[in-house]
Amino acid sequence: MADIEELVRLLKELEEELVHCTRCGMCQAVCPLYGATGRETDVARGKIVLVENLSKEILDDPEAVKQRLDRCLLCGSCEAACPGGVPIMDIFLKARAIITGYLGLSPVKKAIFRGLLSNPDRFDKLLKWMARLQGPFSRQVSETLGSSCARFMSPVIGDRHFMPIASEAWHKKGHRQFLRPRDPGLRVVFYPGCLVDRIFPRVAEAVMKVLDFHEVDVFAADRVPCCGIPALSAGDRQSFEKLVRQNMDILDSLDFDYLVTPCATCTATIRKFWPAMIEAGAGGLTGEIQEKVLAASEKTRDINELLVDVLGVQAPAAPASGAKSLTYHDPCHLKKSLGISRQPRTVLAAAGDVNFAEMREPDRCCGMGGSFNLQHYGLSDKIGQKKLAAILETGADTVATGCPACMLQLTDLLSRGGHALAVKHPVEVYAEALQQRPGLQKPVDAQKPGNTDYDKATETYR
Amino acid sequence: MNKKLVCEFENLVGRENVMAEQADRQAYSYDSAVLEPVVPALVVRPETSAQLGKTVRLCNENGLPLTVRGAGTNLSGGTIPAAPNAVVVTTNGLSGIIEINSEDMYAVVEPGVITAQFAAAVAAKGLFYPPDPGSQTVSTLGGNVAENAGGLRGLKYGVTKDYVMGIEFFDVNGELVKSGSKTVKCATGFNLSDLMVGSEGLLGVFSRIIFKLIPPPKDSRAMMAVFDSVEKASETVSAIIAEQIVPCTLEFLDNFTIRTVEDFRHAGLPTDAGALLLIEVDGHPAGVEDDAEKIRKICEQKGAGKIQRAGSAAEKDLIWQARRDALPALARLKPTTVLEDATVPRSRIPEMVKKIRDIGEKYHIDIGTFGHAGDGNLHPTILTDKRDKDEFARVEQAIDEIFEAALAMGGTLSGEHGIGLAKRKYLEGETSRGTIRYSRRLKETFDPVNILNPGKVIGD
Ligand SMILES: Cc1cc2nc3c(=O)[nH]c(=O)nc-3n(C[C@H](O)[C@H](O)[C@H](O)COP(=O)(O)OP(=O)(O)OC[C@H]3O[C@@H](n4cnc5c(N)ncnc54)[C@H](O)[C@@H]3O)c2cc1C
Ligand code: SF4
Ligand code: SF4
Repeated sequence: MADIEELVRLLKELEEELVHCTRCGMCQAVCPLYGATGRETDVARGKIVLVENLSKEILDDPEAVKQRLDRCLLCGSCEAACPGGVPIMDIFLKARAIITGYLGLSPVKKAIFRGLLSNPDRFDKLLKWMARLQGPFSRQVSETLGSSCARFMSPVIGDRHFMPIASEAWHKKGHRQFLRPRDPGLRVVFYPGCLVDRIFPRVAEAVMKVLDFHEVDVFAADRVPCCGIPALSAGDRQSFEKLVRQNMDILDSLDFDYLVTPCATCTATIRKFWPAMIEAGAGGLTGEIQEKVLAASEKTRDINELLVDVLGVQAPAAPASGAKSLTYHDPCHLKKSLGISRQPRTVLAAAGDVNFAEMREPDRCCGMGGSFNLQHYGLSDKIGQKKLAAILETGADTVATGCPACMLQLTDLLSRGGHALAVKHPVEVYAEALQQRPGLQKPVDAQKPGNTDYDKATETYR
Repeated sequence: MNKKLVCEFENLVGRENVMAEQADRQAYSYDSAVLEPVVPALVVRPETSAQLGKTVRLCNENGLPLTVRGAGTNLSGGTIPAAPNAVVVTTNGLSGIIEINSEDMYAVVEPGVITAQFAAAVAAKGLFYPPDPGSQTVSTLGGNVAENAGGLRGLKYGVTKDYVMGIEFFDVNGELVKSGSKTVKCATGFNLSDLMVGSEGLLGVFSRIIFKLIPPPKDSRAMMAVFDSVEKASETVSAIIAEQIVPCTLEFLDNFTIRTVEDFRHAGLPTDAGALLLIEVDGHPAGVEDDAEKIRKICEQKGAGKIQRAGSAAEKDLIWQARRDALPALARLKPTTVLEDATVPRSRIPEMVKKIRDIGEKYHIDIGTFGHAGDGNLHPTILTDKRDKDEFARVEQAIDEIFEAALAMGGTLSGEHGIGLAKRKYLEGETSRGTIRYSRRLKETFDPVNILNPGKVIGD
């Protein structure tokens, strides 16, 4: 593109969304980044003004705007709290795509997104190769957490305590076809997402156990193309579309009721950003595929949501008596993007025998924000420390959260602080309970599609 | 701004706290008022009181207009820089709660403390800081004092000025001025603190504020009453006050607002109602129950169609949800929201609401009105699109007429949002030429080079 007039023209297409920002500043209350820095360009109001000024040629420095747009966790806290209902995440992602289109993708990102992410086979091979290197170059630091730290100061890893990459992606062995011909039972496509597939295969295992227990017929593909969010947040629309297509290639031939993921970010991306980017038009996802993407997006559910709203998992009436205590962190992409906060807590309660301790501000962002953590580790950590303090205050032995990205961040925070808390996905806690107490009741009123409603959260005055 | 000067600011507050790049400066060119932005030459973020004082002095020495900025949520343009050579000084690096004293019931804070965070810290100590502007989750206490911010609890508990016991501020030479004290009584020197309240950044730069705290009410009751006309709702308000009951909140929603909120939330609000009153009383449990019952009876006598009392905390929350939804729901209708705060004596509310409706019709614009019925502080909220030049011109005429009407009824231009840039042209209408001359001479004495937020409130 590289033509400033074209840049301005494309940004002007965002005008109808931008114009709804009344500059009320209420987004300052919830932005984890602004909370850590106090800079107006870090909060949604400031970023929106910069995009608007660029589109009106009041500002002529796309690079500067991009730098400031990139300083963002894409956590959606601002959008969830915005009185004007401004579609902030839409604006941010589209503006990133437009400006990146103009400036060009940095060579490193190009290599990652175009060369690797959108080429799952090559990606798998690389990760496998990296998994082998982990042994010699890192040492395990926490048994409870299973985290490691780099032995040598690596420029990428720094002093992070990271989770090792699985020696083999989960899907290599875990893939399977539907077992039964189409019957009145539920048919679910399981999509682990990159992080679960390659770093937390134990979560995928837990999902399978749980779905088997509920007699759901499950399909899991023999490849896991990324949902596209890393490419989209880097503004690489081309790779994003390629990834959506690769996913659609898998889904196209399948007859299923729901697409289920244990990753909050994947769910939010498929539910919200796939349709949003399609509706934004101008991209390559036009024609027949458009309808199909929308249909798949509609059928996508978070695992906790499926368990509670569709399969009818309930919390037991009697309070827990167990010795273990557990707390829960609300991933932004579940609570703020999709309004899902009750269901994971129900799943945890259904596991029984755990004392639940709610932490202070459970929906305060953990500071991970995907690639934000890689680019701004210091800030990410500063935001994370608040979360860490809230977790520790509860005195819980386990912290559960419904997103593998948050799991990574919490693991890093706990491990570096030397705290021996376990980090788990709610579905893991539930699966463990099934194993320990085989007598656990299975609800009978499983529902077919059409009964979960994202807006149910809306309360009434009565 | 020249490099040397930028360096001097950097030496003062540290490099990371000076923003000179265009993209950063543009993010300090606006506030929540619907006005044209002005980009400052520099943004400076002091992190200590000493740095704040020196920053003010450096601006004065170089004749640079200085605008102090808290959260930038004021609705009158108070933090829009005065000129392109202006320096914006943000206070969010000065956000320490220095002391909360439960025995003597006061607190000392820096100006950048967020209102709601302060109120929560006070509550954690078993005390109460009542001023609760709608922006409290983001607004700063410095901004609240400089605008004399009000809130829902104004009727019974008063506004920000009723809680200011003392202020330490810098004059333009960076000298620290102290006034007021931590004691309930204080007759020491001029009462400069009161002069600072509502000064909108024109007279001094606050570095510390001493606030009065009070014991929290022990109990409260909330209810919602539905009326078929504004008149009936307003008579009810007068009758409640005549009965010598002072509710802590007494909020009003007009029909347009009710319908908009209902469209937004689908909670079963009566869309054909002329007005809703949302009422809360607080105090001693026995007294509260008594008052609530009396109010219910008054509402009934005055012809309320339906009265709904909140039993549980959750029900109470749901009643207030309607009020919290008012602004967000209205703001979603159109791109531009102009939120005014013309205030009339409370007995004139029906007349004022009718007048606002007539003005809306005359200029073919949408206006939703809600607000603090107990103190006559209405929020006519104009929904428009500033890109539509023709409509926006009509909006401006409508605003002129709304203020004219408020003044004609013995009211005031601003109940709580301040004058800033937005309302300075009306100021003489409410006061007098002499008032403006007097105020300008006062400012000239304190600020001979005229660097403190020049052009605001009283013009140049
Ligand atoms: C959605 C919304 C709801 C609102 N509801 C209410 C309400 O219910 N009641 C109400 O009264 N207002 C309300 N307001 C208006 C606004 O929030 C208040 O005026 C608030 O007090 C401003 O605080 P701030 O920190 O944003 O100050 P700013 O907007 O940053 O500054 C306001 C003024 O104070 C001056 N100032 C700030 N700090 C200092 C200091 N340290 N020393 C000297 N001068 C200083 C500035 O120069 C400026 O003139 C609302 C605004 C919005 C957007
Ligand atoms: S809360 Fe929404 S409308 Fe208000 S300033 Fe932030 S983005 Fe704009
Ligand atoms: S998405 Fe999160 S980090 Fe980014 S501006 Fe919004 S609240 Fe701040």
